This record gives sequence, structure tokens and C-alpha cells, in this order.
Amino acid sequence: MPTLDRNEVARVAALARIDLTDAELDRLADELQVIVASVEKVSEVATPDVPATSHPLPLVNTMRADVPEAPLAIADVLAGAPESEDGKFLVPQILGEDA
Amino acid sequence: MSAELPRRSAAELAALLASGETSSVELTQAHLDRIAAVDDAVAAFLHVDAEGALAAAAETDRRRAAGEELPELAGVPIAVKDVVVTKGLPTTAGSKILEGWVPPYDATLVERLRAAGLPILGKTNMDEFAMGSSTEFSAYGPTRNPWDLERIPGGSGGGSAAAVAAFEAPLAIGTDTGGSIRQPGAVTGTVGAKPTYGGISRYGLIAMASSLDQAGPVTRTVLDAALLHELIGGHDPRDATSLPDPLGPLAAAAREGATGELKGVRVGVVAELGGEGYQSGVRDRFAESIELLRGAGAEIVEVHCPSFEYALAAYYLIMPAEASSNLAKFDGMRFGLRVEPSDGPVTAERVMAATRGAGFGDEVKRRVILGTYALSAGYYDAYYGSAQKVRTLIQRDLATAFTQADVLVSPTAPTTAFRFGEKLDDPLAMYLNDVATIPANLAGIPGISVPNGLAEDGLPTGFQVLAPAREDARVYRVAAALETLLESTWGGSILDRAPELEVAP
Repeated sequence: MPTLDRNEVARVAALARIDLTDAELDRLADELQVIVASVEKVSEVATPDVPATSHPLPLVNTMRADVPEAPLAIADVLAGAPESEDGKFLVPQILGEDA
Repeated sequence: MSAELPRRSAAELAALLASGETSSVELTQAHLDRIAAVDDAVAAFLHVDAEGALAAAAETDRRRAAGEELPELAGVPIAVKDVVVTKGLPTTAGSKILEGWVPPYDATLVERLRAAGLPILGKTNMDEFAMGSSTEFSAYGPTRNPWDLERIPGGSGGGSAAAVAAFEAPLAIGTDTGGSIRQPGAVTGTVGAKPTYGGISRYGLIAMASSLDQAGPVTRTVLDAALLHELIGGHDPRDATSLPDPLGPLAAAAREGATGELKGVRVGVVAELGGEGYQSGVRDRFAESIELLRGAGAEIVEVHCPSFEYALAAYYLIMPAEASSNLAKFDGMRFGLRVEPSDGPVTAERVMAATRGAGFGDEVKRRVILGTYALSAGYYDAYYGSAQKVRTLIQRDLATAFTQADVLVSPTAPTTAFRFGEKLDDPLAMYLNDVATIPANLAGIPGISVPNGLAEDGLPTGFQVLAPAREDARVYRVAAALETLLESTWGGSILDRAPELEVAP
């Protein structure tokens, strides 16, 4: 199994979109290594003949009645947003300058 | 009379309301007074809604006076864990990233509480996004255990359990992903039930791990838990994982169990959930409870679930993996906090990373990064895939065990409440609190924790009862029987032995 070293934690944190300070990176790398070493034991019993379970009590073809419902009021939804304008969420630039 | 009201069970209060001996307004005010008196010390609540609760209480009194047919618990006030969205009431899930957020809609279970006329006293404290076993990971400071204010009330639902234990609310809502209802119940001397997965709608719960999360009742008696479960449970078309099956006769099962008679019931002691790693007082109380059940006519058998050894490891892969996906919605765009990066271009991606860096606490960062890692290219099969296979093995172990026993039992938590800070620097030690409760979440089966005594340190211990999926009635019956048998030996409720909290003037 690969180890979760400091560089790997930095890479994964970037994938997860979480800025970390240097001190946080140091600490998380130590802690996550211990945790990963402990959870790795699942592979001991996960043999190819065992099927995976993704859901404890799977239901299929779950549909609700096809009845229209009133959506939430736009003003109520936008009331919780950091910024809004003209009845829409106002968000930062999505693409980089060179995109 | 009103100062004594908060010590009554919800069922007793419902009877007083039905007979007209008290009103919902009087009852709600009595609990608000109790909150004002003790919550500075306990810190069970993140938000108290006195005005809203009293208005709802007055409305229920009006409906009753008009002769309307009301549900049994109508007018009994309740506290709601802050991970459940409540229209018009702040909902933070214990996180800074949602500070001040007021949801525009109600969770289905909240809709059902409101429709039934239960005044909502406020929102209870919890570990951030329900990640923790002590409430120490709440961004708003920990809740204190009413038995000893220097100790944790369990988690993640420590606020709900402490509110009920401190007589601040007769009923509360919890959520249980790996034990967050049952373990706080055990360490505060209260009752906590995790229903069968899908038994209570998840619509409007701020999700941590969607295949594990389950809302449920937090109470002081088994009957109260069954009554609340019946009120909020049942199919919800807005939750695709909500079970269409009827809940079963839960309160009737609790009343049957309260006769203290269990003739012919096969009770399986899970060999893997006990012994080494369990505090001696926890083991002793468990053994005594088993003897009481035997005396009530139950047949005691030992069962083996060898895959439970891998349950904690599987849980700490599946839960973070699902959480990393569920928490991606906290991106600083639609609700809650937005933080701009201190330098460089202000793009959505960099705002998201800055927002999450500032808004998430340590445990949330640990779990989201662990989950992202477990799902990332190259590791998926070894980690997430293997954990899902362990889930199958645990279900198989339980299926076999339930051919030998009608219910399975164990201590709920390996130890009594620990001191603040004791496990903060050791995530793995913290995770071990949930070793006995996690298998039920992985398998989707119902479980309950009922107080079964005090350990050598004078702190409460919990007894867990598990049943097959959709057989929630069995856990209520056996837990109610044990409760009756224990209370007859104690001469009252376990909470009668809790120290009196100092009351603020």
C-alpha cells in the first residue's frame, strides 16, 4: 500500500479544495498515516469472491407521484447566499484569465 | 407544579395534557425556564427559540380546546439536533461554514413534528457535521455532561442527549451514522434509538454519509422513544431511500416489554463486543443486565460475528468517502461562509478552497481528505471497494447470528464518559468509542441504547439491543423490559441519581 506522506496529503487536499497551512499539513500527514495504516486491514478479508455492498437496504425503481409542487421562493433561497444579484447567485470568476 | 414538570417523561406529560392538568404553554415555559437555569453550564443548545416554541404551544392548546383529535405527543416540547434543517431557525450543523444560515425549508421529520403540534425549543449542539464522539469538534464549543461537567456528553449528538438528561427537554431528535444517538445516550444515562435505515426520512438532514445516516429519538424512557419514532417515522416520497414498509407496533412493543416478561425471547450476546478494551464497570453492569433478562425468561445464547473486527476500518473508509462527496456542496457559493484568497486571482475554485480551509474544523478536514484519498484513482479498489466487501461480510455475520437469536446485545460504548481533551489528539482513540455501534449502521439494522447502571466511577453505562432490519419493535420490547427490571431494582430512574445541577439565579 502507498503511504500518505506530506506531499500526498497536499495533493489530495487540493483535490478536495481545502486550503491547508503548513502546520496543518504536517499534523494531518502524521495523523492520516496512522489512520490509513489502521483502515488498510479491510483488504485482509476483501477477497475477490465477496460481492460489494454499497447500500444496506437497496430499493429499486423508487418514484414519487408525478405531481408538481411549488418550488422554494427565489428570495428565500438567495437570502442564505453570500452574494446575489438580480435574483441569481453572484459567484466569483469561474474560469482563469487565460481560459 | 410547573417546576416539577420537566422531570416527567413525555408519555406522562402527554397524559397531563390530554386530561387538561397542564397546558402546552405551561409545559413549554417550564422547559424554557429550565434551559435558562442550567444551559449556561451544560451548553446543550446552540439556539433557543422561546418565542416560536410558545407560539406553537399556544396553537396546540387552541386546537385541543377546539376539540381537535391530536397525536399523543401533541403539545410536548422537543429539541432538534442542529444537523436537521428547520425553516426560519438557524441551522449550522456545528460548523463555522454555516454560521447564521437560516434554511428556507423544513426537514420532513420537522414538518411532522410541527404538524403534530410539538413546540420546538431550539437546536442542539453537536460535533461539526456530526463528525465526532464527544461534541468537542463543535465549532461553538463543547456540550457538558450533566453527570460531570468536566466530561464529554458523547457525540456527535451530545447536545440532544445532554438536553434530555438535564431535563431541558423531554424529547430530542438525534442522528446516528456510527453511533451518534446511542453512544451519547450511554454516557448520559438516557435512551437513544437508531431506527432501521430508511425508517425515518433523511430529507432535510445535512448529510454526512448517506448510506449510514439515520435520524432517531433521544429520550429518557424507552416508551417515549417508541412514541416519537412512530410520530416522525414512515415513508417519505421525498427520500428515495425511505422504506415503504410500515414501522410496526413500536409503542405497543415498548408497553409489552414494560411488563418485564421475556419468555421465549432469544437474546444473543455478541462475543466480539465485550471483554478486552471494555471498562470493568461497563462489563460488570452488562453481565448483571444479562442475568436480569435471563430471570425474565429470555434464553441467553452467545453468538459470533468474526467480521466485526473489520467494521471500524470499513466504517472509516465508507463514511469519509461519502462525507467527502456530500460536503462538496459547501463551496462558498449558495449558502454560508465565503472567504476570498488573500492573494492571487479570485476564482471560484480558489474561493472554494479558501472558504473550506477557513470554515471547516480539524476533524472535518481529516475526514474529507481521507475520503477523497480513499476514492482517488489508483486507491479506490484497495480502500473503498474493500470496505464495501467488509460490509457484505458484516451483513452475513448478522444474518447468521439472527438465526440463533431474536435480538443481539452488547455494551453500547466501551467506556463511560471521558474528560475533555483526553482523546482530542488521538483520532484513532476517539474512533474506538463507536466500535460497538458501527456494525448496525453498516448493516442498516435498528439499535437502541438503554441506561443499565453506573460504573465504578459513578458514571452511567449503556446496554445496546440490535434487531434485524424492519424489526424495530423487538429492540423496543427488550429494552423496555430491561428498563423495567432495572428501575425496580433501583427504585426509580437512573437520572434520579445524577447530581443536581446548579441552577442559575
